[in-house]
Amino acid sequence: MAALDRPAPKPRPVYLDLFAIRLPLPAFVSILHRVSGALLFLAGIPLLLWVVGHALASPEGWAQMRAALSSPVARLVLVVLAWCYFHHFIAGIRHLVMDLHIGMDLKSARQSSAVTLVLAILLTLAVAAKLW
Amino acid sequence: MVMPKRVVVGAHYGWRDWLVQRVSAVVMALYTLLILGMLVWFGGLDYAAWKAAFGSGLFRLATFVFMLSLLWHAWVGVRNIAMDYLKPVGVRLTFQVVVIALLVAYVGWTIQVLWGGV
Repeated sequence: MAALDRPAPKPRPVYLDLFAIRLPLPAFVSILHRVSGALLFLAGIPLLLWVVGHALASPEGWAQMRAALSSPVARLVLVVLAWCYFHHFIAGIRHLVMDLHIGMDLKSARQSSAVTLVLAILLTLAVAAKLW
Repeated sequence: MVMPKRVVVGAHYGWRDWLVQRVSAVVMALYTLLILGMLVWFGGLDYAAWKAAFGSGLFRLATFVFMLSLLWHAWVGVRNIAMDYLKPVGVRLTFQVVVIALLVAYVGWTIQVLWGGV
């Protein structure tokens, strides 16, 4: 076995204090990509099916859904899920563009991650303004 | 470039998941544009426009393809999360089985919503 001929690797420091680590911007956008995806799976999909199912059933169901979704809590949930969709969508497009080897250098990657973060927040604010 | 001569082993599902994630993402992005286009076309959303849209068999099929893309996309993502954070095999397996059952149930729910009233 070739692996046995090599010297044993030195123990490397493990530093995982989550409150002390400063994530670079692209890493921050990346973990938010994951968080937003998890929220869309946990809450977004069942809510989407539930709302569309009720709203399609009858005019009364449609009216009930409109009323239910206009409560302050529901609007807050919608705004959070809207951010999840926008962030996940834009971060995903960013991935697809990088798959084409566009914007791979550090400077471009930092810039596009900033654009992702800001654009998702701006679109979310637009949705929030429309709901209130 | 000198490539190492080695036999690549494994189940080869990594590249397939990678591709599924991207193809399903493109399908969902196109559907999103379709919805935005329809909202602009109808000039907002009321019950009549809503029913008219879902009255079209083609739109229901497009919605079904979107939902299948969404659920498959969700599977790849949730599985990646489980592989990263759920280390005990038993916990991970149980979690993944529950997620698969949930996603299959969502496929059934989608069919009910789209074609149940017909």
